[in-house]
Amino acid sequence: MKAFLILEDGTVFTGTSIGSTREMISEIVFNTSMTGYLEVLTDPSYAGQAVVMTYPLIGNYGITSDMESKKAWPDGYIVRELSRMPSNFRCEGTIQDFLKEQDIPGIAGVDTRALTKILREKGTMNGMITTNEHYDMEEILPKLKAYAVGDVVSKVTCGEKYVLEGTGKKVALLDLGAKNNIAKSLNQRGCEVTVYPAHTTAEEIILSNPDGIMLSNGPGDPADCTSIIEEIKKLYNTDIPIFAICLGHQLMALATGATTHKLKYGHRGGNHPVKDLQTNRVYISSQNHGYVVDAENVDPNVAVPAFVNVNDGTNEGLSYVGKNIFTVQFHPEACPGPQDSSYLFDRFIDMMGGAK
Amino acid sequence: MPRDNSIKKVLVIGSGPIIIGQAAEFDYAGTQACRSLKEEGIEVVLLNSNPATIMTDKDIADRVYIEPLTVEVVEQLILKEKPDSVLPTLGGQAGLNLAMELEEKGFLKAHNVRLIGTTSETIKKAEDRLEFKAAMEKIGEPVAASLVVENVEDGLAFANKIGYPVVLRPAYTLGGSGGGIAHDSEQLVEILENGLRLSRVGQVLVERCISGWKEIEYEVMRDGNGNCITVCNMENIDPVGVHTGDSIVVAPSQTLGDKEYQMLRTSALNIISELNITGGCNVQYALHPETFEYCVIEVNPRVSRSSALASKATGYPIAKVAAKIALGYTLDEIKNAITQKTYASFEPMLDYCVVKLPRLPFDKFISAKRTLTTQMKATGEVMSICDNFEGALMKAIRSLEQHVDSLMSYDFTGLSEEELIEELEIVDDMRMWRIAEAIRRGISYEKIHEITMIDEWFIDKFAIIVEMENALKTEALTPELLKEAKRMEFPDTVIARLTGKSEREIHDLRHENGIVAAYKMVDTCAAEFAAETPYYYSVYGSENEVEETKDKKKVLVLGSGPIRIGQGIEFDFCSVHCTWAFAKEGYETIIVNNNPETVSTDFDIADKLYFEPLTPEDVESIVDIERPDGAVVQFGGQTAIKLTEALMKMGVPILGTSAENVDKAEDRELFDAILEECEIPRPTGGTVYTAEEAKEVANKLGYPVLVRPSYVLGGQGMQIAINDNDIDEFIGIINRIAQDHPILVDKYLQGKEIEVDAVCDGEDILIPGIMEHIERAGIHSGDSISVYPAQSLTQKAKDKIAEYTRRLAKSLHVVGLINIQFIVCGEDDVYVIEVNPRSSRTVPYISKVTGIPIVPLASKVIIGNKIQELGYTPGLQPEADYVAVKMPVFSFEKIRGADISLGPEMKSTGECLGIAKTFDEALYKAFLGAGIKLPKYKNMIMTVRDEDQPEAVEIGRRFEKIGYRIFATSGTARALREGGVKAIPVRKIEQESPNLLDLILGHEIDLVIDIPAQGAEHSRDGFVIRRNAIETGVNVLTAIDTAEALITSLENTDIKNLTLIDIAKVQ
Repeated sequence: MKAFLILEDGTVFTGTSIGSTREMISEIVFNTSMTGYLEVLTDPSYAGQAVVMTYPLIGNYGITSDMESKKAWPDGYIVRELSRMPSNFRCEGTIQDFLKEQDIPGIAGVDTRALTKILREKGTMNGMITTNEHYDMEEILPKLKAYAVGDVVSKVTCGEKYVLEGTGKKVALLDLGAKNNIAKSLNQRGCEVTVYPAHTTAEEIILSNPDGIMLSNGPGDPADCTSIIEEIKKLYNTDIPIFAICLGHQLMALATGATTHKLKYGHRGGNHPVKDLQTNRVYISSQNHGYVVDAENVDPNVAVPAFVNVNDGTNEGLSYVGKNIFTVQFHPEACPGPQDSSYLFDRFIDMMGGAK
Repeated sequence: MPRDNSIKKVLVIGSGPIIIGQAAEFDYAGTQACRSLKEEGIEVVLLNSNPATIMTDKDIADRVYIEPLTVEVVEQLILKEKPDSVLPTLGGQAGLNLAMELEEKGFLKAHNVRLIGTTSETIKKAEDRLEFKAAMEKIGEPVAASLVVENVEDGLAFANKIGYPVVLRPAYTLGGSGGGIAHDSEQLVEILENGLRLSRVGQVLVERCISGWKEIEYEVMRDGNGNCITVCNMENIDPVGVHTGDSIVVAPSQTLGDKEYQMLRTSALNIISELNITGGCNVQYALHPETFEYCVIEVNPRVSRSSALASKATGYPIAKVAAKIALGYTLDEIKNAITQKTYASFEPMLDYCVVKLPRLPFDKFISAKRTLTTQMKATGEVMSICDNFEGALMKAIRSLEQHVDSLMSYDFTGLSEEELIEELEIVDDMRMWRIAEAIRRGISYEKIHEITMIDEWFIDKFAIIVEMENALKTEALTPELLKEAKRMEFPDTVIARLTGKSEREIHDLRHENGIVAAYKMVDTCAAEFAAETPYYYSVYGSENEVEETKDKKKVLVLGSGPIRIGQGIEFDFCSVHCTWAFAKEGYETIIVNNNPETVSTDFDIADKLYFEPLTPEDVESIVDIERPDGAVVQFGGQTAIKLTEALMKMGVPILGTSAENVDKAEDRELFDAILEECEIPRPTGGTVYTAEEAKEVANKLGYPVLVRPSYVLGGQGMQIAINDNDIDEFIGIINRIAQDHPILVDKYLQGKEIEVDAVCDGEDILIPGIMEHIERAGIHSGDSISVYPAQSLTQKAKDKIAEYTRRLAKSLHVVGLINIQFIVCGEDDVYVIEVNPRSSRTVPYISKVTGIPIVPLASKVIIGNKIQELGYTPGLQPEADYVAVKMPVFSFEKIRGADISLGPEMKSTGECLGIAKTFDEALYKAFLGAGIKLPKYKNMIMTVRDEDQPEAVEIGRRFEKIGYRIFATSGTARALREGGVKAIPVRKIEQESPNLLDLILGHEIDLVIDIPAQGAEHSRDGFVIRRNAIETGVNVLTAIDTAEALITSLENTDIKNLTLIDIAKVQ
């Protein structure tokens, strides 16, 4: 079946429908990872967005157990080509079936490079995937313009708290849309990880007396998360060591008086160089964010930059002055992407007083 | 860390002659590195024995020494030039080995010279099997169970312990020389003995066989600050067991999930860090196809063939960055030359698929075993880029120029299903075509995978191509079907064949429906950042990204495709210089080529680079977009010449010599007419189509005759026939190589062979010099030792040669380059045997030794300048006061079963140069550069034809005089003894032991002089002797003149006192 991708600026790409045939409107973003399409699909940070994969051959190794959450989150999926026959010793099914099961509308056969160039030049924009050949542009464009990602954190966070058993440090993980590998990375280092829903109060977390608090990644505009920011302010005021990733990093910055802004087209992929300002070492990181902390608005008495993006100089991490708090914009939990910065979990363990 | 300012003068060591396993990629890497160093204001001293390289140009380095790559030469060079540093990681294994020897000897330290780009500890850790294993164990990286052995007994014992099959890998060899897989003790002994001999340190690794696992490679960069990145990974479609140089390789990996990808990536970073490598490095893995188990196969602590491929596949200039790292820069300080926005500390992201195919030499070595093993056999490779795998594969296939254009190009329909299944076991250059046939027969993917161990994902991709063949054959050709076939890059010719339509009809149907190629950019970042670098590949069904440029005059330069015997790096040298010359004259330059190993496919050589097959259709698609003002075909070898007619049909003016004149030189009758008009004699002969006609002509001329196909390069298919039977056999072979052109039969004249290259502006000519071949006519010019200036010609002969050249160039209306080969019989009887109105193999060599920049001159002439205006006096130029000897270099030991005897068909893979004030020293240097370092044991074997006996006696006497013991077969021994030479007779190999073969295998023979009879050789004797000698590392000479040259060089030169000559100063 034919499908159409219609962008807010009126550009139309024609392709073949994949996954669900329902119509969807979302924010269109691109990811440059060459492997890890399943991790991307199941990353809750993509809630409210439709993802374009710049790598043209998707689905080569099928669907495996490498899910970063229990389901797929993007509103839509845009690819050049889906492999008709996956091959891998762990393959459990095809991506075609997966998209259908997950009810994700998608489009294949798109000149994803041309699409990426548009998004790069004009910035991230909204779009629609439809199988309706008789779409009415005049009717659609206002709808596309009106789309807003909205409060997606509530949608992706866990319903109830749960525990990953461990004999080491007790970590409270605030699930703002956490990828599985965050809890797993801590758990593998011996931590007992209690995962809390995003709207858990600071009091509840503090009362559980954790050795450390982990703020996860998550979707959407950080500035929209006003109530969570209030709770994070309270966490900041304790002496509990805190490590935060991505949305968690942005919320901590907002909670302490800094600001964020939306990047033109974000950083999404597994090749972004970040420099550790303490050691001047550069690490290749996995990234997925559209918003960034304004480093120049960070009060140097509150926090100092810890990491910077080598490509565009944007902030990639903060170290809080006089606090045991450390936050990064990128994803040390990888999945997908390079594992180079996984040492940061060890650093967090050290912040909590080292391994028991 | 900023650059280390104490580095001011750097010695860069190149890789020497092109051999299998060490090819043009090091010229590319070295050239890029030298330019990168010069950018930083460093004075570059370059050493490389290979004159055909771009790196040995005076534009590339400040001081250029084309001298043998030996420890003695490097030491002498360091004393002379006093560099403060040596950069050895860009010259492949040869450069690295030299640097290691110097470091081990303490020479570098004693003369305050630093190794930059690596340390001897790093090299040792990576290359010494034991140290490497220890290092891997330390960081917990798995390697296959293995043991380094120094004798056969230990190897047998260990193999018995871990069980067969086992893999054998000699330490410190090129391209896996001497390695292999042994399935039983007999094979083990055979391979191990050979490997121990070839290893520089006499060590061979015996290891658990992991053949059948996936072979994955990572290209990694690391700087002095410890920052590391991977440039890309690559997956070999062929499982472990086929050398990666002979494998079909795809980038990035296709069948690895992120878990496997990152597991190996992390491992690669751990390894480069543990080995403390600064610069580029290649790590090869075997990955179990059904688990996460993996083994590190090998680490190359330097730039390699794989890194050249990775550079071209991603746009990341590995050698350039490695050179900057050697100077102290860190990755985050080096700008990404493609985006100009990002830095070298990032990882390229591809939004396309890259396929590399090896160019295997079995069309040259008909008797060779075609099996692919852990020992590399490919002479070159092609790469192609597309947004889908099928398209990339189809483009790569036709880039090979081996008469293949689809998965139907080898016919296996004659096999029964059982036979086919049996043949699927064969791993050779035709394996892909066998798999395609298996798919056509409906043999299951599982079955094919089980036999070949090729991942089913790839098998399915082959199947998609096969299904398209079928659809085109059976369905109506709708625009939709055509579009899909073009998306998979089916060429029009194949579509025409399958649909029963003409190529023109397909072409027109495409254009009517707007199905035309679009071009996408290779930008390192999957379009995330804007890039300026015009490096393009074609796709169908997508938006075109090429921006039309029209402010300047535009010239299209056609490259020479994959490196093969007969068409090597020389033509890349010519293409690049032509491009630079046109750019200097204000032209916009566009290069089309598909060879990832070359300088011409570096993105900053031309204004635009199209990485595409060199077929008429692919070129036409580019022409449709670029609308060039003209095309230059005379620098890209036969590959480019073959496109002439097609370009003219497209309406692209051919710059320089016109197509019709190129034709005149190739067409027998037209050419005869020209010779007659010019009053130039040539050996009599005729043009024929069948064996009967050939025999008739031959008998009229009288045997021996020379038989060859027209329109070929490197003498492919050329043979000397001495009787009718030979003719039948040779014409059979010629016809097998699918000839559309007539066959030439000429009287074979035995005389001195002479060669000239000349520039002609339509009126005047300029001949830089006359080259004389040491071997008499009958041996291909590319395989002959060539001497400039000619040593034995009379002035009258020289004058005749210059005059004939002038007449020929003029009457062929040559504008640009012409190459002519002559035979001089007696004092001054000069005959023309071949005329090529284009650039030749000898152009780089003669340019360098005369100091006359022939390619830029020819380019200027093509644009319309006159030789006189360019400041040159027309005619034969005065001789230089140097003597330069170009020596062919062969790779026979890599190709099992190849006959090494020299004849009219070219067999050498590369060349080296000896340049000196005297002929004897130049000759000595050339032999040294070719790796012939004698004497060792002072034992030699002679077996010659009856007619050569008088000369053989003289040669024998001279060898005896310098202390050689001469063994000889009965006839030769008798002749030698009669001539007063103390020859020891030995039994022929079919006789009982001890015989000739035992002698050779005894490892104490320096040299075999074996002159085979002309014509088809029907005794296997000589063949077996030569093969065994080559495989035992013995030097073998098959021409009496070569033997004479060798003894001359051994007699005369004082080894310690080589004089080193800076080529950059040769005027």
